[in-house]
Formats: sequence, C-alpha cells, structure tokens
Amino acid sequence: MGNDVVLALVIVTGLAFDFTNGFHDTANAMATSIATKALSPRIAVGLSAALNLIGAFLSLSVAATIASGLVNTGLVTLTVVFAGLAGAIIWNLITWFFGIPSSSSHALIGGVIGSTLAAAGSHAVKWQGLVSKVIIPAVLSPFIAALVAATGTYLVYRIARNMHERSRSAGFRIGQIGSASMVSLAHGTNDAQKTMGIITLALIANGTLAAGATTPVWVIVVCALTIAGGTYMGGWRVIRTLGKGLVEIESPQGFAAESSSAAVILLSTHFGYSLSTTQVATGSILGCGLGKKGAEVRWNVAGRMATAWVITLPAAAVMGAISYYIASSIGGTAGIVVDLIILLAISGLIYARSRSTRVSPENVNSEWTGTVAPSEPATTRTA
Amino acid sequence: MNEWIDWKAVWEIVVVGLLAGAGLPAIFAIGMRAIALPAKGHPEDSDALFGGNPMEIAAATLCFLIVLAAVGYGIYIIVKSGHAH
Repeated sequence: MGNDVVLALVIVTGLAFDFTNGFHDTANAMATSIATKALSPRIAVGLSAALNLIGAFLSLSVAATIASGLVNTGLVTLTVVFAGLAGAIIWNLITWFFGIPSSSSHALIGGVIGSTLAAAGSHAVKWQGLVSKVIIPAVLSPFIAALVAATGTYLVYRIARNMHERSRSAGFRIGQIGSASMVSLAHGTNDAQKTMGIITLALIANGTLAAGATTPVWVIVVCALTIAGGTYMGGWRVIRTLGKGLVEIESPQGFAAESSSAAVILLSTHFGYSLSTTQVATGSILGCGLGKKGAEVRWNVAGRMATAWVITLPAAAVMGAISYYIASSIGGTAGIVVDLIILLAISGLIYARSRSTRVSPENVNSEWTGTVAPSEPATTRTA
Repeated sequence: MNEWIDWKAVWEIVVVGLLAGAGLPAIFAIGMRAIALPAKGHPEDSDALFGGNPMEIAAATLCFLIVLAAVGYGIYIIVKSGHAH
C-alpha cells in the first residue's frame, strides 16, 4: 500500500526541517553565552550540538504527542506530511532571514495542520489536542519563563551585590557554561522529538508502521544527528537578535535566563508538552532584563518577536495548505517532486539574499544598531 | 484538571520551575559569593579572581554539589519517565 520513493522524499524533507530547526534554535541556548563572551561563538555551537545529540535520546514523550495527539493519523497521507514539512521549512527560513526567533515547533505543527485541513477538512484535526498541548502551553510558557528568570536574576544580583566585579563576571560565566549546556540538552529532549514524531507519522501514513506504533530506533538516531548538525551550523542571525538585540546582557543575567529556560523546557518535556523552546528562551531573556534594576529592554524588538509568534502557526498552516494544493492538483509522485523543486528554489533564493547582510561568528556581537544586519561586514576579522 | 488546561501541570511547572530555575541559580550564587573577592578593599593590580579561607571554600563546594545533584536528579527523572510510553 505504500510508496517507498515518496516515503524517502518525505523523510529527507523531514530531516531538512530538523536541520533548520537546529540552526534556528542554536540561539535559545547559546545567544546569551556568546553575548557575554562566556563561550567563544564556535565553541558554543559545538558544545550545543553535542548536547542536543545526547538530549535527543533522553525522552520520547513529545514525539508521542506529535505523532498521534494532533491529527487523525488515519486521514493523513504522505503528501499531507510532505506539504506540511515544506510549509514549515519555508516559514523557518523566512524568519531566520529576518533574525526573528520564531518557534520551529509552531512552524512544523502549523504546516502539518494546514496541509491536513487542505486534504481532509477540519474533522481530521484534533482541535482539543492542538489547544491543550500546543496553543495553551505556547501562551503560558513565555510568561512562566519570564517570571522564573526575573526571580532568578533578582536573587542572583542580590546575593552577588558585594562581590568584586571581576569575580562576579568570571564566576557567572562558569555558571553560564553549565546553564547553557542544560538548555541545549533540554532542547534535544523537546525539539529533536518533533521531527521524530513527524517521521513516525509518515511511516504510519505509508503503512510501514501500525497506527499507534512507537518511534523506531533508526529514526531517533538520524533525527538526533541531523538536529545536532543544524545546531553546529549556528543560526547567527537569530543569535544576534537574542543576544544583542533584546536586552544588553551581563553574565549573571545570562546565567539566570538560561537556568530558567532549562527548567521550564525540561519540566514541559516531562509532561509531554510540545513546547516552543524559542518562546521559553525569549521569555527568559526578557525576564532577566526585567529582574535587574536599570537594565534596558528593547520593547520594539520584543514586540516584533511577539507578532512573529502569533502569526507563525497560521502562516505556516497557509504555506502547508498551498503546498498541499500544488502537490495534489498535479497528483502522485510528480506532484511531490514539483513541490520539492519549488521548495528548493525558494530556499536557494532566501539563502542568496542573506549573503549580502551576512552574520557570522566574527560579527555576531557587533553593536546593535536597530537591525540584524551588523555594522561591520562579515569579512573583517577582528581576531 | 479540565479538558483544555491541565492546571495541575501548569502549577507544577511554575512551582518546580521557580525552585529549579531560580532557586538553583541562587544557591550557585551563594557558593560564588563565599569564594568571591569583596567589592571593596581589594588591590586593583592583582590578577586574582577567587579566594577564601577553608570554611568559605567548603561552603562553596557544598553549594556547587547541591546544584549538581539537583541537575543530575532532574535528568534522571526525565529519562525515567520519557521512555515509559
């Protein structure tokens, strides 16, 4: 009953999404450590990649939610999964281009829901699962993260107020290495699971796995490696926005923000919530700005992010639906191949456009002047 | 708990989140403070970052061990529950 060529294309596209998920989200764990120079940019992405890899093996709760909690698996075809992934990848690339830390998870869920709606109508979507496992956690998590981070920042500054400035920055930089590592590990437990869930969904749709089956080991391994590879690429544009654009961060603040993110993400993984790690990290960074007296929070940058959060689910859903219509109106394997060519063309275009305002490990920390495009071009090496 | 929002889970995330996400950094900060140089009265030309008498070093070590143990326990819980499905 299955079509192995199409299945292979879907799995490859799923891994492509996993890769964008990796580099889009490196910032969540490492932006603040890079901004405070607790870690050099290249060491930061290497460490984060390794811990994402380990984290991906630690839990499968979220993969189970994605594979069977959101859409009616009996109505999902390979074309639906493919179209959803294509929509998610395009939205992830667009937000990366603008340096916006939007949620890769919402892009993925939005894309799949959009293509499911286009293919089978609204009865194929488990709305209650969507609201209770995705939307409500999405709305609450940034506030919880901000509260925890603001409390942590306040406590840390109070305790550290009599410390010599040198001891303080050195001490909390060490702390940051630990807390950022925990965020990377947490990211692996939550985000790597999402692609595992989607590929499991594709295997079920193809009849390779029975409905309700658990994720096969090879899927876990391949997804873990891919997200680690993406993380190692480093999404420098998003790192710059989160590390330099939102709040000017000192090491005690970065430490508090990362601790808060790690705790909230790991707890949510524990409950099987497919939480947006991006929104948690952003909430924490805002919170660490609020918790320190006199720290400046750039609310216009925060506002732009919040807007992106609200539109990510519907925008990815629209793109998922469009790519489903394109694929299904042509039909069969040919339809998917046409979709794939369009996807590659759009990705290539966005990448080519990004070259003129390139952000790299060399200029990621240059002064924030209102845009993600750094004032120093990527070619001037300072070190 | 109701069908749409699991308030018990939300509540647990807030409380445990505060304990782990804000409490542990505070304990780490106490440890750092024990071995940090004071803000005043330290010669500026020295390169030293940390110091302290054996009592202070022991207190700091205890704080850091508490943090490490809590983190280790957290990971253990995640792994244990994450493969039960």
